[in-house]
Amino acid sequence: MTAPFGRRRIGVVTRREFGPYVVLGALDELARAQPGQFYMLATAERWGGGEGERPYLARAVSIMRTGQDGLVEFLLEDVGPGTRRLCEAAPGEELAVLGPLGHGFEAPAAGVEVLLAGGGIGIAPLVAVQERWGGQALLGFRDRAHADGAALLREPLIATDDGSAGHHGVVSELLEAELERARRPVYACGPPAMLAAVRQLARKLEVACALALEAPMACGFGACHGCVVATVDGYRRVCVDGPVFDGALLA
Amino acid sequence: MIEFCGLRLRHRVINASGCFDALSAERVFGEQHFAQFPFAAYVSKTITLAAREGNPPPRLWESAAGLINSIGLPNRGLRAYIDADLPALAGLPVPLITNVMGSTMEEVGELVEALEDQRQVAAIELNVSCPNVATGLDIGADPRGLEALLRHVRPLSSRPLIVKLTPNTADVAACAAGAQAGGADAVSLINTLRAVALAPDGSGAWLGGGSGGLSGPAIRTVALAQVSAVAGRVTIPVVGMGGVSCGRDARELLDAGATLVAVGTESFRDPAAGARIARELEDGFTQIAH
Repeated sequence: MTAPFGRRRIGVVTRREFGPYVVLGALDELARAQPGQFYMLATAERWGGGEGERPYLARAVSIMRTGQDGLVEFLLEDVGPGTRRLCEAAPGEELAVLGPLGHGFEAPAAGVEVLLAGGGIGIAPLVAVQERWGGQALLGFRDRAHADGAALLREPLIATDDGSAGHHGVVSELLEAELERARRPVYACGPPAMLAAVRQLARKLEVACALALEAPMACGFGACHGCVVATVDGYRRVCVDGPVFDGALLA
Repeated sequence: MIEFCGLRLRHRVINASGCFDALSAERVFGEQHFAQFPFAAYVSKTITLAAREGNPPPRLWESAAGLINSIGLPNRGLRAYIDADLPALAGLPVPLITNVMGSTMEEVGELVEALEDQRQVAAIELNVSCPNVATGLDIGADPRGLEALLRHVRPLSSRPLIVKLTPNTADVAACAAGAQAGGADAVSLINTLRAVALAPDGSGAWLGGGSGGLSGPAIRTVALAQVSAVAGRVTIPVVGMGGVSCGRDARELLDAGATLVAVGTESFRDPAAGARIARELEDGFTQIAH
């Protein structure tokens, strides 16, 4: 499916908080997205001119889920001038968007159960994956406050770095235990170190893994070549060749 | 219709090389984007003789009202451009300008000569921001060197030759004059300004390629100064670019002496920006909400 050409405006209709995370809901009747796809997001007003004269470029944000009547939801965390401004967006405001973009997760083969591994803000696309195809979710967070984001998924197993909620440790430890119990394909999204651990586990236990990568992007549609990742076939653009990649193809 | 070096263009707005990829856009937005192609001519990204992987990531840094990039001109090389990209671009509804770069006079000559038989190529833009291996300077940074380069390649091509000047030079107007003296049909400017971004953790350069090039609104006033200086010095047409985000910005470059305006980084924010800016220019430069 192709995205409409050019930037559009869509209205924010909901804003919910889960610990440090913000879920923005907007109405986009054009959105029929695949789990793992993303939008380039900016606010229509007051984008730029902030601290250090930023933000300037739109931000690549994974689709958390799409709902009835064109509702599309995004999971955000304030980690810089762009995400800060997006986190402030309130119902009634408009977003300037491009999307849906990128190559999302493929549907699992019929009858195959998948495991979902998410870290931090990387839990976002797994919400849509679980809604569409099910799967046990294993989620890692920094601490108890961030673990509030786990409420977005059904019956997740949780790990925190500081042990303040769930398993004291990293999500790949939960993943190893689950895979030892039953080998299943893994759909994962999270910080680079977590994804490296997931790939290593998948290789060791001989299961497939599909990884949704994150990379700073200037455009989101293959023009700038700024978001490349090293693969066995050389650099590939996260925006058009991903963001979901077969873990075995990453270098 | 606008006349530019013998090309007939629908309006005065084209893309800056490397800031729009018609083939990727077709993949993402479908063929619909050819029907509403935002630019009056399409400038390819830089093509080199051999394939290039580009620089190691990270390749981008958002700066104050701008972007520093260190992409490294990734491309599959001249042969793949001719064999794969040109046929794929057959449906392009506007003239195609192919941008090429070589690290020596002979390489540039070879590129230009190879495109001579490609009827689809309406004009050639020479990226002269490649460092000269011997001097470390951009090959386009020295007026006499640039004139010599043009004298070498001019006889090899029947196409209009547009020289994409480097702004990283002592006297850009002198370079433009050198290009004209050597036989260039037009000059385009400004390319990105050399810039460095530091990692927030103090570990040194952020970009994988070390330094990069600054673009976006941050460089618009520099572009205005350089376009004005060049247009006052040469008689060949000038393509002005640098931070153009709206019709008013485009109008200022035209008033400074440019014949065409190119849109670069703004196209990253909105792939349809070129069409909006052309409309704003035609509508008397009132800014349309975007």
